[in-house]
Amino acid sequence: MSKISGIAASAGIAVARAFILEHPDYTIAKTAVSDIEAEVAKLNDALAKSRVELQGIKERTLAELGEKKAEIFESHLLILDDPELISPVTDKIRQESVNADYALNEVASQFIAMFENMKSAYLQERAADMRDVTKRIMNHLLGIHYVSPAEINEEVIVIAQDLTPSDTAQLNRKFVKGFTTNIGGRTSHSAIMARSLEIPAVVGTKNVLSEVKAGDLVIVDGLSGDVLINPTEAEVAEYKAKQEAYDLQIAEWKKLRDEPTVSADGKHVELAANIGTPNDVNGVIENGGEGVGLYRTEFLYMGRDKLPSEEIQYNAYRTVLENMQGKPVVVRTLDIGGDKELPYLDLPKEMNPFLGFRAIRLCLDRQDIFRTQLRALLRASAHGDLRIMFPMIATLGEFRAARDLLLEEKAKLKEEGKEVSDNIQLGIMVEIPSTAVLADQFAKEVDFFSIGTNDLIQYTMAADRMNERVSYLYQPYNPAILRLVKIVIDAAHAEGKWTGMCGEMAGDATAIPLLLGLGLDEFSMSATSILPARSQIAKLSAQDMKELAAKALQLGTAEEVAALVESIAK
Amino acid sequence: MQKTFRIVDEDGIHARPATALVNTATKFKETEAFAEAKGKKVTLKSILGVLSLGLEAGDTLTLITEGGEEAEALSALQDVMIKEGLGELHE
Repeated sequence: MSKISGIAASAGIAVARAFILEHPDYTIAKTAVSDIEAEVAKLNDALAKSRVELQGIKERTLAELGEKKAEIFESHLLILDDPELISPVTDKIRQESVNADYALNEVASQFIAMFENMKSAYLQERAADMRDVTKRIMNHLLGIHYVSPAEINEEVIVIAQDLTPSDTAQLNRKFVKGFTTNIGGRTSHSAIMARSLEIPAVVGTKNVLSEVKAGDLVIVDGLSGDVLINPTEAEVAEYKAKQEAYDLQIAEWKKLRDEPTVSADGKHVELAANIGTPNDVNGVIENGGEGVGLYRTEFLYMGRDKLPSEEIQYNAYRTVLENMQGKPVVVRTLDIGGDKELPYLDLPKEMNPFLGFRAIRLCLDRQDIFRTQLRALLRASAHGDLRIMFPMIATLGEFRAARDLLLEEKAKLKEEGKEVSDNIQLGIMVEIPSTAVLADQFAKEVDFFSIGTNDLIQYTMAADRMNERVSYLYQPYNPAILRLVKIVIDAAHAEGKWTGMCGEMAGDATAIPLLLGLGLDEFSMSATSILPARSQIAKLSAQDMKELAAKALQLGTAEEVAALVESIAK
Repeated sequence: MQKTFRIVDEDGIHARPATALVNTATKFKETEAFAEAKGKKVTLKSILGVLSLGLEAGDTLTLITEGGEEAEALSALQDVMIKEGLGELHE
């Protein structure tokens, strides 16, 4: 048995055989072949094997995920048999006496380039299908064994360098019991996905990919961050017991589901959830969320080839509001740019995207995009308690400009006779230090603040949170961060407004006592963190936490703050 | 035989309807089938060929069938165009 440690990214324990998810590396060289017919036969054999494989995937997808998801494989099968692809490849082998993989690569590259140069964004993306099919044939030609995540059909633990959004989109929760990766942190895409799928995960292990072989028995402990490779029977038993204890704990938390969040001395705070799509609302209700504190609307814009229409957006917002049954829903307007790109917007690459043209900066410039979203939101407001917030606000001028656009669209809709709520709270994300410092001025004009800690920490510490070499500077407990949080909360309260927090920090067990003490009104987190947080808060006295927070603000380092919180936990 | 259509689907001709067109054309083994648009003519029995036309809403597309069961083939292809909401007959 060997053990590796990483970052516990998603709670729970999983025991299963390892599935190595690696994108193979193709090195294709041109070689002269003497037996041309044997080379053509090799190509036909690879095509036949690919055909059988694709048929199987298509049928399985059809049975498990439905006709819509299976269509893509139907078109892959057609490409595989396409005379426009196969004849030129065979011709090339025959006329130039070259190897099949080289000939295939040459012809496929032309098609890929052709698609990439097409005017329509939709057709540009067909290059990906062409690549996918070419890879499949190539794997058979070169004898490479590769299975895509969509094809997993037995219980496994996925082992990978990192999981891309397209990898995670293909994971089947029924078979993928857990995963572990070489890189990534608690806030990386794969970690966030794992928590929303409720799959145990350990990320950032640095070397799990080289330590584990396909078929090894692996335990992923998403509670401690440990990964055990080929454990003994005794260890498997121990972890199964740990899993059971965890399940019991979960059952205890579930009892708090329909209870309000109240501290030991009777102070009420609100626990809300962060969501990305209308499908996430179920999880919010199941986990006893008192609202949605952050609805990330970016996902509506991603994975498509053009901007979502007002109608598509309206339906999504309305669904969320209706399913939340009158509970507050805070929607963040489009936060695109930075690390989140939209191919069809064709934005220029930037040297420093996190400090660049993103979120509200982009929306104030591309008013066509922004106004469509505002109209959809305003129309949806008739169906629940909608609250709107603007991301990445750095100046009061930006807030006023965004607010004025909202008011203009509202007036227009009313003229058109559409129903719009008159009680929409309007707030901002506080994630830029300038805004935190000037919170007293903002508090006069906004209805609420929501502190986005991931960005606030990265901008305050000047440390890219995706860069592992400076990840030690991601310090939520640094007194500098706590002081900024205090400034914001105090400024809101002075004007009779409320402050929420929708970054990872709001659901962190060490941060919660401090935030309660600082007077935070709303904590928004992953749905699965809500019940543990409610159980924790019920045991804390808000008055004592106020004293604790005051002490923490006078400390010098994040470590000292963590130690202080630790001392009261005992 | 031939018939001309105007593409009405706002996404142009995308993979699913293109798949349906190719599958239909391929059923008629004795019949040659072509698609012509923007001065390019491709075989309708190739999905890559059909997609390579880069058809978008508003473009016109001519479907051509020759030999064998050309009338049946053309009428089957026309059904696909209409049923998939791809195009309307262009007079």
